[in-house]
Amino acid sequence: MLLIHCPYCGMARPEIEFRHAGHAHIARPADPAAATDEEWAAYLYWRDNPKGLIAERWRHVHGCGRFFNAVRHTVTDKLLATYPAGAPRPEIDLP
Amino acid sequence: MARFSFASLIRNAVSGNARWPAQWRQAAPKPEYDALIVGGGGHGLATAYYLAKEHGVRRVAVLEKGWLGGGNTGRNTTIIRSNYLWRESEGLYDHALKLWEGLAAELNYNVMFSPRGVMMLAHNHHDVMVTKRHVHANRLAGIDNEWLTPEQAKAFCPILNISRDIRYPILGAALQRRGGTARHDAVAWGYARAADALGVDIVENCEVTAIRRRPDGAVEGVETTRGAIRAPRIGVVAAGHTSVVMAMAGVRMPLESYPLQALVSEPVKPVMPCVVMSNTIHAYMSQSDKGELVIGAGTDAYNSYSQTGALHISSHTLDAICELFPNVRRLRMLRNWGGIVDVTPDRSPIVGLTPVPGLFVNCGWGTGGFKATPGSGHVFAHTIATGAPHPINAAFTLDRFRTGRLIDEAAAAAVAH
Repeated sequence: MLLIHCPYCGMARPEIEFRHAGHAHIARPADPAAATDEEWAAYLYWRDNPKGLIAERWRHVHGCGRFFNAVRHTVTDKLLATYPAGAPRPEIDLP
Repeated sequence: MARFSFASLIRNAVSGNARWPAQWRQAAPKPEYDALIVGGGGHGLATAYYLAKEHGVRRVAVLEKGWLGGGNTGRNTTIIRSNYLWRESEGLYDHALKLWEGLAAELNYNVMFSPRGVMMLAHNHHDVMVTKRHVHANRLAGIDNEWLTPEQAKAFCPILNISRDIRYPILGAALQRRGGTARHDAVAWGYARAADALGVDIVENCEVTAIRRRPDGAVEGVETTRGAIRAPRIGVVAAGHTSVVMAMAGVRMPLESYPLQALVSEPVKPVMPCVVMSNTIHAYMSQSDKGELVIGAGTDAYNSYSQTGALHISSHTLDAICELFPNVRRLRMLRNWGGIVDVTPDRSPIVGLTPVPGLFVNCGWGTGGFKATPGSGHVFAHTIATGAPHPINAAFTLDRFRTGRLIDEAAAAAVAH
C-alpha cells in the first residue's frame, strides 16, 4: 500500500483513503461538436501507459475530498511529487 | 521430435529417465526470418505453431526477453471458459475452448486440460439478472451455460457456503460444464516443442530494443539484445508490455497496464471439484492437481509494471474466500505474486492489424487471456500469414476505439478493475 502525500491536507496518508482517477493533464476537446473521431479516441482511449514516470490524478475521497495530481514511477511505484490540480507537471530528473 | 507414448514412458522408466531428449532447441537468432513473434508466452508460441503448421510459414522466430512462459503464462490461475456476453466474444473464446478440447492430442503433449466446470456466483438481484442474461445469450449462441439454484450450486461444489445470513448470500449461479483448467506451463512447453519440431526458432533471453522501419513506413526488422534481425512481418504478443514495444514503432495503444495478483495455499487433499468465481465480492478459486488452492485476486487501482501488488488487494479477496468457503479459513497461503496485464477500455482484446504495414498486434487480453491461448494463436497466425483478420477476430480491431464499435465485456471479464 502506498503512502500518499495530499497537497491540500499537507500530510502523507495510506492509499486506501484515496481513489485513483486516471492519467493527469488530458484535456477534454474544447469544442466537442467540432472534434473528429480521432480527437475523441485520443481523449477517451489512447494512453502513453509508460514504463517509467507517469502523471496521474488522485482524489482524497476519505479526507478532504479534493482532486490532485501526482508523478509516480511505474516500476518502483515510488511517488516523486504531488501537486494541486491545475498546477503544471513538475520536471523530475531520474538518477 | 521424440513422440510421447506409453511405450516411450516404459522405455525411459527402465533406463532411469536419463535419456529423455531436450524438448526444443536452444536456438540462436538468425539474421533474417519471414515472420517474428515478439513475446514467448502461450499466445506467442501458439501463433508461431499455427503459422508453421497451418500456413506453411516456417522461417519464424519467437523472441522472448526472459524465459519461455515466464510472464503471465506462468502467473495466471489457469481458468478456461467461454461464457462471454457478445456474439463476437462468444465466437473467439469458444473457438479457443474447442481447440483446448483436442489440444493434448494435437500437440502430443499432456496440457492437463480438465473441463471440471466453471461456476459464477450471483449475490444480489442485479447479479441474478446479469448472470441469467449471460446464460440466455450463451445458449442462443450454442454455448453451454446453465442457471443453478443455491442448493444445486452446493451440490456441485460441496464446500460452498449457501447460508442466507452471510454478508453476500448466494442467490444462484451460472455453470459452464465445458469450462475448467489446464496446466499453464505445459501449454507453453507443448506449443514450444511442437513449433520447434516444425522449424520455428525459439530464442530466449532476447529482448527487442527497437523496431526498424523502411522509408515507406513498413517494418524492416528489430534490434535486440542479441543483434539485429530482419523480417517483413512482426507480430507483437507482449501482454503487459505491449505499450512499451508498440511505442518503438511509434504506435500509441488504448491500453493501461496493471498488476493482477494471485495466491496459492498450502496443499491439501481434494476438497474442490470445480472452479468457483464471484465477480461481486471479487474472489475466485480452484484446486490444482498438487492440492494447492489457487486463488485469484484483483488489480491494483493504478498503472504499474511492478509485477507485485498491494497487500490490501489480496487480503480483500481472502476475506471473500473465507466467507464463501469457511472450511479453508485455517489454511496458510504459501505464495502470492503479480503479473502485469494490459487492459483495454472495453475489456476485450485487440487482435489484428496496426497503422504500420507489416506490424501486427495481439494484446489487451487483460485479466483473462490464458483461456484464449489456442484460439488467439490460431486466428493471429491467420492474420499474420494472410495480412487480413480471420472472421473470428475481425471485430477485435485496434480501430474500434475510433469507430466506437466496442465489445463491452466488463461483466464477463470477471475481475474488478
